[in-house]
Amino acid sequence: MSGDHHHEPGFIRKYVFSVDHKVIGVQYGVTALCFLFLGFSLMMLMRWQLAYPGEEMPFIGNIFGEDAMPGGVMLPEFYNSLGAMHGTIMIFLGVVPLLVGAFGNYVMPLQIGAPDMAFPKLNMASYWVYLLGGIVMLCSFFVPGGAANSGWTSYPPLSNIATTGQTWWLFGMVCLITSSLLGSVNFIVTIIQLRVEGLTMFRLPYFVWAQLITSFLLLLAFPPLEAAGVLQLMDRLAGTSFFMPEGLVVSGVVQTQMSGGGSPLLWQHLFWFLAHPEVYVLILPAMGIVAEIIANNTRKPLWGYRAMIYSTIFLGFMSFIVWAHHMFMTGMGTKISAFFATTTMIISIPSVVILTALVISLYQGAIRFTVPMLFALAFLPMFAIGGLTGLPLGLPASDIHLHDTYYVIGHFHYVVAPGTIFAIFAGIYHWYPKVTGRTLNNALGYMHFFLSFVFINMVFMPMFWQGMAGVSRRLYDQTVYAHGDAVQSLTIMSSWGAWMLGLAQIPFIINFFISAVAGKKVSNNPWDATTLEWLAPSPPPHGNFETVPVVYRGPYEYSVPGASEDFHPQHVTTEA
Amino acid sequence: MNRSRIIGIATILVVGICLIAPSVALGQADAPIASGNQIDGDYGYGLPPMLSKDGQGVDDLIIILHWFMTALFVGWAIFFVYCLFRFRSRAGHKATYDPVKAKASKYAEIGVAAFEAFLLIGLSMPIWAATKNDMPSKDDATHVRVVAEQFQWNFHYPGADGKFGRTAPDMVDTVENPLGLDRSDPAATDDVYATELHLPVNKPVICDLTSKDVIHSFSLPVMRVKQDVIPGMRIPVWFTPVKEGRYEVACAQLCGNNHYSMRAEMVIEDDASFATWLKEVGIVEEFDEDELD
Amino acid sequence: MSAEVLPYTVKPHPVTGLYNGKFGIWLFLASEVMLFGALFSTYVFLRMGAPETGPTAWPTGEETHLNWMLGGLNTLILILSSVTMVLAWVQFKMDNFAKGRIYLIITAILAIAFVAIKFKFEYAHKFHMDIYPKTSVFFAIYYTMTGLHAIHIIGGVVVICYFIGPGAKLWEENREYYTNRIECTGLYWHFVDLVWIFLFPILYLL
Ligand code: HEM
Ligand SMILES: [Cu+2]
Ligand SMILES: [Cu+2]
Repeated sequence: MSGDHHHEPGFIRKYVFSVDHKVIGVQYGVTALCFLFLGFSLMMLMRWQLAYPGEEMPFIGNIFGEDAMPGGVMLPEFYNSLGAMHGTIMIFLGVVPLLVGAFGNYVMPLQIGAPDMAFPKLNMASYWVYLLGGIVMLCSFFVPGGAANSGWTSYPPLSNIATTGQTWWLFGMVCLITSSLLGSVNFIVTIIQLRVEGLTMFRLPYFVWAQLITSFLLLLAFPPLEAAGVLQLMDRLAGTSFFMPEGLVVSGVVQTQMSGGGSPLLWQHLFWFLAHPEVYVLILPAMGIVAEIIANNTRKPLWGYRAMIYSTIFLGFMSFIVWAHHMFMTGMGTKISAFFATTTMIISIPSVVILTALVISLYQGAIRFTVPMLFALAFLPMFAIGGLTGLPLGLPASDIHLHDTYYVIGHFHYVVAPGTIFAIFAGIYHWYPKVTGRTLNNALGYMHFFLSFVFINMVFMPMFWQGMAGVSRRLYDQTVYAHGDAVQSLTIMSSWGAWMLGLAQIPFIINFFISAVAGKKVSNNPWDATTLEWLAPSPPPHGNFETVPVVYRGPYEYSVPGASEDFHPQHVTTEA
Repeated sequence: MNRSRIIGIATILVVGICLIAPSVALGQADAPIASGNQIDGDYGYGLPPMLSKDGQGVDDLIIILHWFMTALFVGWAIFFVYCLFRFRSRAGHKATYDPVKAKASKYAEIGVAAFEAFLLIGLSMPIWAATKNDMPSKDDATHVRVVAEQFQWNFHYPGADGKFGRTAPDMVDTVENPLGLDRSDPAATDDVYATELHLPVNKPVICDLTSKDVIHSFSLPVMRVKQDVIPGMRIPVWFTPVKEGRYEVACAQLCGNNHYSMRAEMVIEDDASFATWLKEVGIVEEFDEDELD
Repeated sequence: MSAEVLPYTVKPHPVTGLYNGKFGIWLFLASEVMLFGALFSTYVFLRMGAPETGPTAWPTGEETHLNWMLGGLNTLILILSSVTMVLAWVQFKMDNFAKGRIYLIITAILAIAFVAIKFKFEYAHKFHMDIYPKTSVFFAIYYTMTGLHAIHIIGGVVVICYFIGPGAKLWEENREYYTNRIECTGLYWHFVDLVWIFLFPILYLL
C-alpha cells in the first residue's frame, strides 16, 4: 500500500489506539487484571455475609448505600447481584481476556514469527468493544435495582422479570461476544496463514495449538449465546415470550400481558451450548501456558506432544456435545441423560491424557523451581482435583445429591482458580521479561506463590464438604437450613481463606509495578528457551523481529544429546 | 534461586495456617435455626442422613466414586512428588532427551476409562432409570401436588376422593388461595392446602411439581431427591420415606431475592397422625372458605 | 504497520489458497451459520413444543397473515442481487471498473428494494393489524429472525455503498486488493441471501 504508514505514529496511535498486537495484548492484560481483581473483591464482600450472616460489615459496611447495605448489612438482592457479577466478570471480563486477549495476542504472533496479527485493526476493535462491554457491565451497578442478579447463567423466567440491570448485562454480553468473535477470526487466520517458513503445524508450540482450538470454540460456541441474548432482549424489551410459558402468576399477578408459548428450557440449551465449550476456553490456553513453562523448566521435550495435540482437537469437538450435563435435574429422561453422561465420561479421557503427558514430562527432567514453574507445577494437582470432582457431577445419579451445591462451586473453582488463575500467574512471571525487558523479583514471587497456594486451598477445599452436606450454592444465608448451619464453621474458614488470599496478592501487585521500572534487566532469552518469542528483542519492537526467522525444528528441543548447551532454539540453523 | 529461603517461607506458612484455620473455624457459636422447630437427624461434614428406601444407591455411588478419586489422586500425587524430588535440577544432573517408553500411563488411562464406563453403565444408569421410570402405582402412594412460587412451597393434597380439584392462574390470590383452586369444582371440595409437607412413613410418595412463576428446584437432601421445578411443565418425582421426624425442604435453584429463605419443613409420621393432620388442616381451610362467603 | 510486512493480505497463501481476508470472511460466515442455526433451532424447538390447540398453538398459514407473494418477490429480488454481485466482481476481475461499479449500484438498489418491501409493506401492514412481536411466539420469531436478517442486509448495503463511494479510492491504489474486498463482500452477500432462502419457506410456506 502507500508509503505514508512509515512515519512514527504519535503517542495516541502508539499506546492508546494502537494496532500493534503487543500494545493491544498489554492493554487487554492490564484491563483484565483490574477486572479480575474487581471480581475477586466482590467475592470478598460476599464472603462476609456468608461467614457472618446478617452482621454489620466492619470498616466498609456503610459505603455501599441504603439500597445495597442498609446499616452495613448486605441485602439479599445485593448479594445476588454480587454473585452474578462475580461470575460474569471473572469469566468474560477477567480470565478469557487474559488468556486469549492478553497472552494470546502478545505471545502467539511472536511464537509463530509473525510481524503482527493478520487483521491489526480488527484486533484493536476487539479490545475496544471488550472495554465497552466491561464499562456497560460496571455501569449496571448504578442503575435502579442494581446490577444483574439472576446468576451468571441468567435463567429465565427469573431473568426476564428481573430489574433493569439484566438488560445492561445482556447489552454488555453482546459487546463481549462481538469482541470475542473478532478476536477468534483474527487468531485462526493468523495461526494458519502467518507462520514463518519451516514452522509446520507439528512444530508449533503447544500454546499456539491451544489458542487455535480455543479460537474455534469461541467462534462457533458464542453465536448461539448471542442469539439467546437477542431473544432475551426481545422478551424484556418487546414483550415477547420466547422463554415464558402461558399462565404465569408472579407475586400474585397473572401475567396476561404476554402471549406465553415459550419455554424456559430453550434458554438453558442455548446458554449451555456456549457455556460448556466456554469452560474449555478457560482451561485450554491455561494448559498451553503450563506446557510451555514445564518444557522450559524441565529442560526436556514435552512427553507426548502429538498425543496432547490430538487430545486437544478431540476435546474441542466433544465440548459441543456435552452441554446438557448441566441440565440433568431439569426432568430429563433416561435416554438423553445416558447420551450426555456418556459424552461427558468420554470427554474426561483427553483431559486425562493431557494431564498425564504433562506430569510424565517431569520424569527424567532437570526441574528448575523458578517462580513460573512453581505456579505451573501447582496447576497440575489443582487441575487434577478439579477434574476428578467433575466425575460425580457428570454421572446423573450422583449429581442428584450434588447438583447446585457447593460441591459444584468447589469443582469448577479448582479448575478455574487454582487451575487457570495459577496458570495465568505462571504466564505473567514467565513472559514478563519479554514484555518489559526486566524480571519480576524472585523473593516476592515465592512469597506470592506459597501464600496463594495455601490460602486458595483454604478457600475451596471446604466447599466439597459443604456440598456433600447438601448446602446449595447461591444462598445468601446457609444457616437457615439445619444441614447448612451444621457446616457453617467451614464457611467461616473459607471466608478467612478468601480474605487472606486477597492479602497474598499484595506482594504480586507491588512486584508487578515496581519491577517494570526497577526490576533486574535481562537478556532477550533469560530462561534459555527454544521458541521464537525469545529470539525477538525484549521488549520486541514494532514488527517484532529484526529479520524474519526461519524455523528448523520442533518447539522443545531441550537437552539434545551431544549439544554444548541444553537448549536448541527453533530458529538456529546448525544442528546440535 | 535460594532453596533454603523457599523452604523457610513454606514452613512458616504451613505452620501458620495450621494454627489459624482451626482457631477461626472453632471460634463460631452455632446460631439457632430460623424456624424455631427442631430438625431431626445428625447433620455434619459428611452426607446428611439418608431416610429414603431407594436413596442408598446414590450414596453408594458417591462413596465409591470418592474412593476411586482418592486412589487415583494419591497414586498420581506420589508419582508427581517423586519426580519433583528425584529430578530436581542440581549439579551433575542432566535431563534425558529421549522420552520414556511409558506403558504404565497407557494402562492407567485405559483402566480409568474402563472404570468410568462401569460407573456409568453399572451404577449410575440403573439408579437414574429407577428414579425416572419406576413410578409407584398411584393407588398405594401418597399423591401431592407441589406448587412452587417466589419464595414459598405450597402443598396440595387431593383429599378423600383422591382427585385434585381444578386450578387456574386467574383464581390465584396470594393470601387466600395461593393454589388458585377452583372451589366450585366438585373434586376440589375436600382438597387440602398446606405449607408443610406431611407424609406417612413407609409409603411411596409421588410429588407432582409445578411452578407459578420462575424456576425453582425441589430438594429433599435426606431423601436424595432433587428436581428442578419448571414453569409450564409438570414433573413428577417419587420416594419412600422410612423414618419419622421433621426434616427440610429446600429450594436449590436461584429464584430471586429471597431464594435463601424458600424453605419448608417435611414431617414424616405414622399413618394415624397423618390422617389426623390432614383432617385438621382441611378443616381450617374450610373455615376460611365459610368466612369468605 | 505497513501492509507489505504482513504476508498474504492480497496474494493467496500457497497452502490454503486463500488470502487473509477471504479466510477471515469464511470463518465469520461459519459463526454466522451458528448464529442463524441457533435461531432456526429455536424455531424448531418452539414449534415442536407448541400444543395442537389453544391460545399458544402454532398458527396456520392463514392466521399468520403473511403474504407469500411479497415474500416470494423479495426472494427473487435477493437472488437477482446475488447475481449482480457476482457480475460486479467479474467486471472488476476483468479490470472494468465502470461496469463493475454499475453492477454494484444495481445490487445496492435491489437490496434497498428488499428492505423497503419488508418494512413498508410487510411490517407496516402487520403493525396496522395490531400484530406485534409480543402477539404470539410465532410472530416473536418472525420479527426477530426477519429483523436480524434485515439488519444483515442493511449492513451489507452500507458496505456496498462504501465500495461504490469512498472505498473506490482503493481501486486506484491496488486493484487486486479492491477486487478481493468485493469478493469478500460478495461471499457475505450470498450468505445473507441463503439465510433468506431458508427463512422464506419456514415462515411463509410451512
Ligand atoms: C480466586 C478467587 C475466587 C473466589 C474466592 C471465588 C469464590 C466464589 C464463591 C464462594 C462462589 C459461590 C457464590 C454463591 O454460591 O453464592 C463463586 C461463584 C462463582 N465463581 Fe468464583 N471465586 C473465585 C474465582 C473465580 C474465577 C477465577 C472464576 C471464573 C473464571 C469464577 C467463576 C465463578 C462463577 C461462574 C460462579 C457462579 C456464579 C453464579 O452463581 O452465578 N470464580 N465464586
Ligand atoms: Cu459442561
Ligand atoms: Cu425457589
